[in-house]
Amino acid sequence: MSDYLFLIPSLPLLGALLCGILHARGGKARDLAGPVANLAVLGSFLVAVLAFLEIRGHEAEALVYEGFTWIHTGTLLLPFKLHLDALSGFMALIVTGVGLLIHFYSIGYMAHDEGRAKYFAYLNLFVFAMSLLILGANLPLLFVGWEGVGAMSYLLIGFWYDKEGGWPAVAGQKAFIANRVGDMGFLIGMFLLFTNFGTLDVAAMKEAPALSGGVATLICLLLFLGATGKSAQIPLFVWLPDAMAGPTPVSALIHAATMVTAGVYMVCRMSFLFVQSPTAMAVVAVVGAVTALLAGTIALAQRDLKKVLAYSTVSQLGYMFLACGVGAFSAAIFHVGTHAFFKALLFLGAGSVIHGMHEEQDAFRMGGLRRHMPITWITFLVGGLCLAGFPLTSGFFSKDEILWETVSSGGSAAYALWGLGALTALLTAFYTFRLVSLTFLGKERFDPGEVHPHESPWTMTLPLVILALLGLGGGLMGLPAVFVEDGNWIHHLLSPVLAEGRPFASEGGHGLDHAQEGLFMVYSSIIAVVGILAGLILYRNGPERMAGLAKTFRPVHVLLAGKWFVDEIYQVCILTPLAALSRFAGWFDLGIVDGLVNGLGRLFQGAGFLVRRVQDGHIQSYAMWMAGTTTVVLAWLVMQLW
Amino acid sequence: MIASILAVLPAAEGIPNPSIPTSWVLLLAALLFILGIYGFLVRRDLIVVFMSIELMLNAANLTFLAAARERMLDPEGQVYAIFVITVAAVEAAVGLALLIAWFRLRATLDVETAVELEG
Amino acid sequence: MDSSLPLILTFLPLAGALGILVAPVRGRDGGAASLWGFAQLIGVATFLASLPLWFGYGPGEEGVKFAFSADWFRFQTLQVRFALGVDGLSVLLILLTTLVSMLVLFSASSHIKDRAREFLFWLLVMESGMLGVFLALDFFTFYVFWEVMLIPLYFIIGIWGGPRRRYATIKFFLYTMAGSVLMLLAIVWLVSHPLTLPGAGGPALTSSILDHTAHLRLPASTQTWLFLAFAVAFLIKVPAVPFHTWLPDAHVEAPTSGSVILAGVLLKMGTYGLIRFCLPLFPLATLDFAPILMGIGLVGLLYGAFLAWAQSDLKKLVAYSSISHLGPIVLGTFALNALGLEGSVLQMISHGLATPALFLLVGMIYERRHTREIGDFGGLARVMPRFAFFLMLATFASVGLPGLSGFVGEFMIFLGAFQASPWIGAVAAAGVIFGAVYMLSMMRRVAFGPLRSEENRRLKDLSLRESLVLVPLVVLFVWIGVSPSTFTSRTSKTLAQIQAKVEQAR
Repeated sequence: MSDYLFLIPSLPLLGALLCGILHARGGKARDLAGPVANLAVLGSFLVAVLAFLEIRGHEAEALVYEGFTWIHTGTLLLPFKLHLDALSGFMALIVTGVGLLIHFYSIGYMAHDEGRAKYFAYLNLFVFAMSLLILGANLPLLFVGWEGVGAMSYLLIGFWYDKEGGWPAVAGQKAFIANRVGDMGFLIGMFLLFTNFGTLDVAAMKEAPALSGGVATLICLLLFLGATGKSAQIPLFVWLPDAMAGPTPVSALIHAATMVTAGVYMVCRMSFLFVQSPTAMAVVAVVGAVTALLAGTIALAQRDLKKVLAYSTVSQLGYMFLACGVGAFSAAIFHVGTHAFFKALLFLGAGSVIHGMHEEQDAFRMGGLRRHMPITWITFLVGGLCLAGFPLTSGFFSKDEILWETVSSGGSAAYALWGLGALTALLTAFYTFRLVSLTFLGKERFDPGEVHPHESPWTMTLPLVILALLGLGGGLMGLPAVFVEDGNWIHHLLSPVLAEGRPFASEGGHGLDHAQEGLFMVYSSIIAVVGILAGLILYRNGPERMAGLAKTFRPVHVLLAGKWFVDEIYQVCILTPLAALSRFAGWFDLGIVDGLVNGLGRLFQGAGFLVRRVQDGHIQSYAMWMAGTTTVVLAWLVMQLW
Repeated sequence: MIASILAVLPAAEGIPNPSIPTSWVLLLAALLFILGIYGFLVRRDLIVVFMSIELMLNAANLTFLAAARERMLDPEGQVYAIFVITVAAVEAAVGLALLIAWFRLRATLDVETAVELEG
Repeated sequence: MDSSLPLILTFLPLAGALGILVAPVRGRDGGAASLWGFAQLIGVATFLASLPLWFGYGPGEEGVKFAFSADWFRFQTLQVRFALGVDGLSVLLILLTTLVSMLVLFSASSHIKDRAREFLFWLLVMESGMLGVFLALDFFTFYVFWEVMLIPLYFIIGIWGGPRRRYATIKFFLYTMAGSVLMLLAIVWLVSHPLTLPGAGGPALTSSILDHTAHLRLPASTQTWLFLAFAVAFLIKVPAVPFHTWLPDAHVEAPTSGSVILAGVLLKMGTYGLIRFCLPLFPLATLDFAPILMGIGLVGLLYGAFLAWAQSDLKKLVAYSSISHLGPIVLGTFALNALGLEGSVLQMISHGLATPALFLLVGMIYERRHTREIGDFGGLARVMPRFAFFLMLATFASVGLPGLSGFVGEFMIFLGAFQASPWIGAVAAAGVIFGAVYMLSMMRRVAFGPLRSEENRRLKDLSLRESLVLVPLVVLFVWIGVSPSTFTSRTSKTLAQIQAKVEQAR
């Protein structure tokens, strides 16, 4: 099977080329792009499934495909080498599987778009880059995928580049640049790794002896900076909400299910290094928890359907990093999986709503849609329950495992982090069902004469149904020990390839056991149900009822609706000074540097002006100068002789 | 070639008339040269300026020959003289052609009018 | 023993140029069409003639191949030879030169409307000059070609350039001449310095670059002055900050073809010279000055990026981006390790492909719209999808997106720089952010957003000819990005020898 591993990235690449050709041919040919792209991803998915089945049972081993030599210089040897172990296999399944559903959904969603073939080419290229990111056996190869998905994200966010005064293009650019800031950290981290290990092959680094604490911390923090860019964490999360300017399936695939989890994946892949540095682990955990809470609060006050989901994505990614930070890497990957199911579901559901509402995205101008689009309503509800962590849904199990791992990681810091996580869980349940109520329940707040909401075609609803089933049943992957002893399949799957580490354990043992795990599970359930009920009750009749509250706590509401003004702060503190610096550089270059050059030129010109009078054009005066000078020189020579 | 012919001539009989000392010849050459310089610097007619140059060239020739005579008719000095005469002829041809062209252009040969190259 | 290939390469374009000068063609257009056709034929022939180098100088090859040498003139005991040859440092640059020249010949007819005969003459003379510089293995041969290639560009900018072309040409010419004079002095010093060659009876004068590279031993103080003379000449050519101000003027005033040649090939001569001469001839001085030159490279990278960001003229932006992209090459060269050197050579090639593509694209819309102000455009992707496609690829190649050519070179350079000096490497890696900022802003403001003006709505997309000119460049972006080892394997042995020379002195 390892010989065929290269098919996972290459099939979508081939698909992308074909779609590009179809786009160039134009006309009817563009309709073929959807099926072609779907087939390509289906092929990848099947290969991924076969490969995954092959490694099941002996998880500690990996399938390795070694292709051509990519870079070979001095001591740096980077082959095109793919590596599929339990971790990357699981991720490959998620990416190609959820990717396939979203490709399928896109056929309907993009059916009438002029650029559909180009769209599918980008989407296939994305799957190519993403699978390279996952399967790359050395960090630079992973980085190729890492930047590749960033580029595709950039192109797809800006897909409708001339709508809304060009806003999508701006959003795409913002995403790319924010990611680049993170990539700088990733790059420097790689440099340090190479300096210390002499290789960038992940497996080889894993075998190498541990680094000294300081270096390990520095490397981990730099890599984590890369992860915050890709996975939208503090301080680089600002791009993800704006990324919603892209087509909705793109938001589902790239900005919810797959690409944004690349940071989590990278941290897990490098977990052997992270566990060497408790400091870095603590930073990861705290950044994750704070991001989760911050994004959760912002989501409370957003009106745009996709914006709410975007902030919830940021928030859920925060959970995943919290899990990584407390050493529960398998819980993080578990949440990556379940989140991929239910967040893709929610985004696709939102896409279905937006499609049915003629591109309306403001939840305040919706309401009562459950009567018009029943399948979307039911599946969206399922997605909402998962996101809110309603007991026994997949989101419940994965989120609860993270919270449990957090609290059981030891020490008082663990309780503080658990507190943040639990508060975020409450907010999550609340804003999710605020959204559900505003969109599907209550009165219709749109003009029925203008807008005729309708259910989407089957190509769009079928993926919704499949994802809803996955969302409901996904929890079976990781049943907690309270339910079934050794029921945590995903933990067993991943533990051979992930490192073990408890950064806070040094603060003393905690002695929490199964009974307490059950207790904390009850807490989680209560939190979820309270949040859900609050959202349902307070918003069942539309937003008016809460408008009073928003007015009473006006400063808070402004702060939340304004997204904590992080964008504005960055603008004032970073972008404006840099732009001013660049204008200053422009002035400096023309005025000072070039001024010096021209000044030197003028100096010579001036000198020439002074002496040019000597050349008056009279032959005889030239001759006089000549004769005079010769006489003087001769006289001097004669004097020397004497 | 010339050197070999001169080499077979009887050197003893070939001693030039010693009645005119070399210094006189050199003095004459210097006088001619100063006349040439004076003419070149002072006269305004281009033809005369031109002739002054010829005068200077011939002064140089005379110096060469005087030196050659002093050194037992050293052929090298005589060769130089012939060489200078040749160059002077060429120079005269080119120079006169230029003068004619200049005269056609300006209808004058006053050296003061040729100041195009004023800096 | 001698190969005639380098001779053909250097003199075929020159012969073509002379042919163009005397060709008795007439016609309604003054025979321009047949002149273009003939010049293009020469361009293709030269390119085809250079292809054997790719196969003849295969992976893992070392030393000089395709050597040609003949006595040229004698000066007392110094026998100057006309010596040409190919080694790992020059092989890729020669191929780049023939390729870029060929593409220029095919693209230039759209903007060179008058005096085609002279233009083609100068262009072909320049191609000869450039190839001669890369092929030369004798100091005098090198210097003669170095000066020969200067003059055609002077005329190309001076005759077919923009409104301030005279200022630009004089600045460019004087600046480069000032550097050349320093280099000439250093060369004269070198060739009048007897060299003890193995096998020879005693010290003798030679002007062979190879002999000097192999056997020159100078005290540190002498090395310093010679190094500086060479380095300043080359840094002006690169151009490295602070000697860079001639470049934006030259680029902005030059016709598209001039810019393409300038960015694609001429700028590489500076970095080529640094590696060819400064490192192996003056290793002690190289070690002394390496930190300063790494600093110059780093400043060029960041300063160029900031300047590019501040520009509102497309061509100026690309010109300043050149400064920003050549900074890393200097940086990598003076990191003095395998990664840095090979990265630098790869980056030369990569920049020599991406920037010409950008200049060609800028030229193509300038011909349509007669403006280069970024603010005048917007939304071109809607009316010119093919243009936007190529612009996107060139932008991605330029910002160093992995999988395309820019990334590999930059990655190797930064990693090499990091090994030499972690702080410089780390700050250089931060430079990738600014590259993305100005290139993507440019891309967005030109190609994306709504179509605002009526003139832009009527723009025609790229013609087949224009696309075909760009395709080879694009193919090479991808090829280098995907399989850089095909390229580095040809350069690595030669560069390792140069690096070893420096290491011995350490």
